[in-house]
Amino acid sequence: MAKNCHNDYKMKFSGDEEFPDLSLHNNHMAKVLTKDIYNKLRGKSTPSGFTVDDIIQTGVDNPGHPFIMTVGCVAGDEESYEVFKDLLDPIISDRHSGYKPTDKHRTDLNFENLKGGDDLDPAYVLSSRVRTGRSIKGFTLPPHNSRGERRTIEKLSIEALATLSGEFKGKYYPLNGMTDKEQDQLINDHFLFDKPVSPLLTCAGMARDWPDARGIWHNDAKTFLVWVNEEDHLRVISMQQGGNMKEVFRRFCTGLLKIEETFKKHNHGFMWNEHLGYVLTCPSNLGTGLRGGVHVKLPKLSTHAKFEEILTRLRLQKRGTGGVDTASVGGVFDISNADRLGSSEVDQVQMVVDGVKLMVAMEKKLEKSESIDDMIPAQK
Amino acid sequence: THCFLEGLQRSDVQPDRIVTMATQFTRMLAGRNTAVVLASLGAGTLATGYLLTDSTAAAERRVLYPPSADFPDLRKHNNCMAASLTPAIYAHLRDKSTPNNWTLNQSIQTGVDNPGHPFIKTVGMVAGDEETYEVFSEIFDPVIKDRHNGYDPRTMKHPTDLDSSKITSGVFDERYVLSSRVRTGRSIRGLSLPPACSRAERREVERVAVMALSGLKGDLAGRYYSLGDMNEREQQQLIDEHFLFDKPVSPLLTSAGMARDWPDARGIWHNNQKNFLIWINEEDHTRIISMEKGGNMKRVFERFCRGLKQVEQLIHERGWEFMWNERLGYILTCPSNLGTGLRAGVHVRLPNLSKDPRFSKILENLRLQKRGTGGVDTAATGDTFDISNNDRLGKSEVELVQLVVDGVNYLIDCEKRLERGQDIKIPSPLAQFRR
Repeated sequence: MAKNCHNDYKMKFSGDEEFPDLSLHNNHMAKVLTKDIYNKLRGKSTPSGFTVDDIIQTGVDNPGHPFIMTVGCVAGDEESYEVFKDLLDPIISDRHSGYKPTDKHRTDLNFENLKGGDDLDPAYVLSSRVRTGRSIKGFTLPPHNSRGERRTIEKLSIEALATLSGEFKGKYYPLNGMTDKEQDQLINDHFLFDKPVSPLLTCAGMARDWPDARGIWHNDAKTFLVWVNEEDHLRVISMQQGGNMKEVFRRFCTGLLKIEETFKKHNHGFMWNEHLGYVLTCPSNLGTGLRGGVHVKLPKLSTHAKFEEILTRLRLQKRGTGGVDTASVGGVFDISNADRLGSSEVDQVQMVVDGVKLMVAMEKKLEKSESIDDMIPAQK
Repeated sequence: THCFLEGLQRSDVQPDRIVTMATQFTRMLAGRNTAVVLASLGAGTLATGYLLTDSTAAAERRVLYPPSADFPDLRKHNNCMAASLTPAIYAHLRDKSTPNNWTLNQSIQTGVDNPGHPFIKTVGMVAGDEETYEVFSEIFDPVIKDRHNGYDPRTMKHPTDLDSSKITSGVFDERYVLSSRVRTGRSIRGLSLPPACSRAERREVERVAVMALSGLKGDLAGRYYSLGDMNEREQQQLIDEHFLFDKPVSPLLTSAGMARDWPDARGIWHNNQKNFLIWINEEDHTRIISMEKGGNMKRVFERFCRGLKQVEQLIHERGWEFMWNERLGYILTCPSNLGTGLRAGVHVRLPNLSKDPRFSKILENLRLQKRGTGGVDTAATGDTFDISNNDRLGKSEVELVQLVVDGVNYLIDCEKRLERGQDIKIPSPLAQFRR
């Protein structure tokens, strides 16, 4: 159900009257949106009623940070990326290293194409994790969907996950129905997600009706986890202690493909196209939507003058161990791929595997007070 | 319509032409002509509302998702909306919209997102425009009845009276009363309310209000400070004077969409004497506050009424008016502020009375409420309380201010008696409204 069907009425005001004040803003949307683009798009809406003002509201309400460049817009449905391409294509290009409207994205979920990844030194690599998101075709996205749609997504997800067996046999915990004991367990396992507090998400309408139709599913072994109706329809996570990224990725691909099969049987495949790959709520997650990473001890390397440059050249990014926007604790970093769009899942996880292997080797050299200058990689 | 709007924005156009254009502009907004007339006629006339724009996609969705699929889960909720909304009412209203395309789902979102507190019953819904109260009267009327002690918009009329000369005994003993204040809100007819307004509409509210306020003279002459444009010195000054309002953080307001586009078109106006203050585009189009140190409530109310009347006159000259009708009085965003939208109060020292176990009952019977001196949801510090009227709808402004005057005088009298070691009496309860 449309969040803001106000559009026909707003058209009685001029584009100039409606244009947002972005003078203090630092996000991708603010950098791209001009009065011309706004005037061209303001009369349009997707079939479900999502408009350009809905797309940009989060970016208008959150001017951003001088150092961190947020995206500043969200999609309300699959068609948003088409109807508002005049705005979203340049944003996608800025965010995804110059990706062009004519570029094609390659999907590769064949885990056997990953080379190595089972030999990361567990003395340094404490845990490995791969996550992505999936949107279910035929439904609008979290900024826009109605309670009826969200509940149907939950119902379909529960059905699909219930068909999983073997290593994927598991259980669903609705946020609104779990017992205290279950809740404590999920918190201890670091599985429980909470109502979004970040204004980036709340201003985009993603926390509406919380906790209705939200929940967490995980397998009995606690190595494969699915979030339902948080920032995307589904977030799929494969993880385990130690450095066996190969195994994590195998389970990730296998589980994802099994889930996709079940959704397809119900005539609800995942949103995907050959230009944007997997379609998700935030343009930053298009393509693979994949973040593959490790928690790795790099106390010496992280204080080396060239640490940032090494990461950039390896196409990796660092975060604190609390996840996005946290600081590192005890020299342990979350290292993951920076790219999402324009390279495949296998490519991106390969970059993590190769890059982390190299950085651990560098760390060991620095422990012995040896130079790492000849190990600095070329730009990937 | 486009050229009328452009005309309005040029400052070199003749005043009488602005009046004509403003009136025509007001009427040209989607179906406003009919809606405005019908809104003033009152209950029932707009009961059928307008059906949501019918596209094939929208029609398909209505079939795929009948109202029962969308009915919110309110089992853990404690607010007026949750207490009154039934699946049947929701089914009647879900696919309707006001002429500006505001829907029931949008009205109730804040109540769905904020289940409430076991002790504090919030309202749980807001209006997006004047017509909301008509199109969705099937849910708004019971909520209004619940919130306003049984006031029935179907059968009752709300009295408006801004004649401050009627107030008697309106000067308090300043050994007890530290300050006096009266506030209300006003909405500009023809423009959507804060949960719904677009940036252009909000900017229009700002323009209309600021233009009117610039016409105030004498002790009411003052100045506007736009939130986005003020410099640090001005900002600090306004903070020190306790005038500055900030971006809402309460989820009751943010879930209702009232903080969108902050701080665009928000601002504060106050007179040079700093005892008459207007907030623009916070929770309502305008909030009007008259205040001063000491106990001269009569003078505070006199200035309040005079200022309000002059502002109303100034906007009339340009073809605008306030949202008002006979059954609901002044139309504001939150149903709790309908009627007068008025809160008249004092900061008063009651060291003995506040410790007396009969204090709460006395307040209850006088139809007064106490708050801490930080305002709503704060605790009292020491013996000083914020005492104000409970009621908003069903009694006029004069009646409510007189009620506060009489009540506070009674409280001070009790305090003096207790000081002298004399006993006090609980007064008999005041009537709720004129029938």
